[in-house]
Amino acid sequence: MAEYHNFFTRVQIRGPAYAGVPLTGGSFVRQGKMRFLHVLGRLGDAQIGPVYLGLTGLASLICGFIALEIIGLNMWASVNWSPIEFVRQLPWLALEPPAPETGLSIPPLNQGGWWLMAGFFLTSAVILWWVRMYRRARALGMGTHVAWAFAAAIWLYLVLGFIRPLLMGHWSEAVPFGIFPHLDWTAAFSIRYGNLFYCPFHMLSIAFLYGSTLLFAMHGATILAVSRFGTDREIEQIVDRGTGAERAALFWRWTMGFNATVESIHRWAWWFAVLCPLVGGIGILLTGTVVDNWYLWAVKHGVAPMYPHVGPPVVQPTLPGVSP
Amino acid sequence: MNPLAARTLTVNPARHAARAAAMGTLALLLAACEHPPMDSVQNGYRGLGMVQVSDPRLGSPTDNSIPPALPRAPDVPGGPLAGDTFKNVQVLKDVPVAEFARLMATMTTWVAPQQGCNYCHAAADLASDALYTKVVARRMLEMTRHINADWHSHVGDTGVTCYSCHRGHNVPQYVWFTDPGPANASPYAGNLAGQNQPAPSVRLAALPNDPFTAYLGGSKAITVIDRSALRPDADKGASIKDAEQTYGLMMHITGALGVNCTFCHNSRSFFDWDQSTPQRVTAWYGIRMVRDLNQAYLTPLTGKFPPERLGPHGDGPKLNCATCHQGVHKPLNGVSMLPDYPELAGRH
Repeated sequence: MAEYHNFFTRVQIRGPAYAGVPLTGGSFVRQGKMRFLHVLGRLGDAQIGPVYLGLTGLASLICGFIALEIIGLNMWASVNWSPIEFVRQLPWLALEPPAPETGLSIPPLNQGGWWLMAGFFLTSAVILWWVRMYRRARALGMGTHVAWAFAAAIWLYLVLGFIRPLLMGHWSEAVPFGIFPHLDWTAAFSIRYGNLFYCPFHMLSIAFLYGSTLLFAMHGATILAVSRFGTDREIEQIVDRGTGAERAALFWRWTMGFNATVESIHRWAWWFAVLCPLVGGIGILLTGTVVDNWYLWAVKHGVAPMYPHVGPPVVQPTLPGVSP
Repeated sequence: MNPLAARTLTVNPARHAARAAAMGTLALLLAACEHPPMDSVQNGYRGLGMVQVSDPRLGSPTDNSIPPALPRAPDVPGGPLAGDTFKNVQVLKDVPVAEFARLMATMTTWVAPQQGCNYCHAAADLASDALYTKVVARRMLEMTRHINADWHSHVGDTGVTCYSCHRGHNVPQYVWFTDPGPANASPYAGNLAGQNQPAPSVRLAALPNDPFTAYLGGSKAITVIDRSALRPDADKGASIKDAEQTYGLMMHITGALGVNCTFCHNSRSFFDWDQSTPQRVTAWYGIRMVRDLNQAYLTPLTGKFPPERLGPHGDGPKLNCATCHQGVHKPLNGVSMLPDYPELAGRH
């Protein structure tokens, strides 16, 4: 039984390489020799290639490369091109958006212009990649679910870095490119607007985030648990469901009285994952544009409970002639 | 077959080595961590995370014990006063001569234990103002009295002496100058915008690393959180960059005092005074006190200092919370030195 308790795929079944369904028109064709790599087979499919780069894929990679170069070279310049300091300080380094005085104008390169340029190319790369995903799905006759799920993430990215700064009238409201800096930005953002935990869209977003992990764990565990019955290979289950899938369904009916179907579990997962950035983006969009203090908003609407005060009463101090 | 037995059979030297390497890596990764148990003290209503957590095995970065005091000279009513006896005494005029001598000797041990009297006094003429250190010391005496007399709201009855900050150093260990930014910064790329470096001033966060110039040298508004739920008008309020700068100042305070946010704030609503601890009031006065001292005492002394005492921007040394607190929320662990030196208490 021990072979079923493994992080990796233990059994690799290798047939002839598969080139995929015939392409319908278009100037690009799938490229690359088809090969097999055993290590990849432990994580997924061992077959590599053929790949389809295409015009949008190529353009996306070029734009992404430019964005990464602008960000990385600015970070490197900030430590006087020292390779050691670049590695040592990398988590702290950032490409910072323009100062508040800039508003929405275009500043000199080193006063935020690089940030605007990096943002432009990164956004272009992401959107081109989205187009590529959409078109590849269509070319294969698939639904476009993957593209729309990706669009939900792009929505949050655009709200944070473009739409909200636009509504606020300042590029400076956007997120810096950097590891710790974007985390510090997030903490400062929450504090500035009176604690984002009291934003109902933030609450929903967290519920969908944690819900996603729960669903992922339940679904992943269920399928792995019945893989010993070959359920992961029950191709015929549409017409003749095997005992593995039947057991998986029965397990959840036993333990919680209800079970998702093999198809609907993926609908659950898709919606939870998509709604996480979708509602999160709504929360960010409202912050500072409509709502200034989420804690006070929650007090006003009876969301935030009051707790007894411990110790002597505390009142805001004042000094004659000193502003608070 | 027993699965455990099967596993034992498959163990091989390579797997042993891999396992040992993994354990070694884990030990290395955890090496810098502090191990439990921690001390925790609740300072607010339950369930709100109003807790101070400290590692009882970590000492304060500085020695916070107070030095022994010389015995006080007996008070002789109607005896000679320093101002009448010595030339050029401007601050401690009304101190009896014997007590004046005792204080001078003590100040030497506090501020210039290696250099002695001649650190401030010209050897040929003790009354002369030839040395800049004497001019600065006189102003610092006035400042000490001003703090004890007028900033009771922050220092309470504990008060301060020269030792509160100096601790045996000519210049207190924790002072600040305006941050000049990275050296040799390129004008074309790599502008870190005054942040995004592991700066000790903000406890190695990527926050703006000079919160002092604006907030403690100047009087920039620290408050960034709006007091209304909805945006009332076209007013944009504080920017995110302002919020980050305030955050940086708060990081400095937590480091200087050896506390976390909930020492003063209820983190569910940082701005709300009703839910804050009394310590926040003390800190509020403290920030205003530091501003007052920097603006009225330290900055005007800039021209008196020789170049080697000035910062990269030519500004003089200035105070922040760490100057006196040095890692504990009550400097010198709250022990008052004033009863031994009542002449520093100031008068009104």
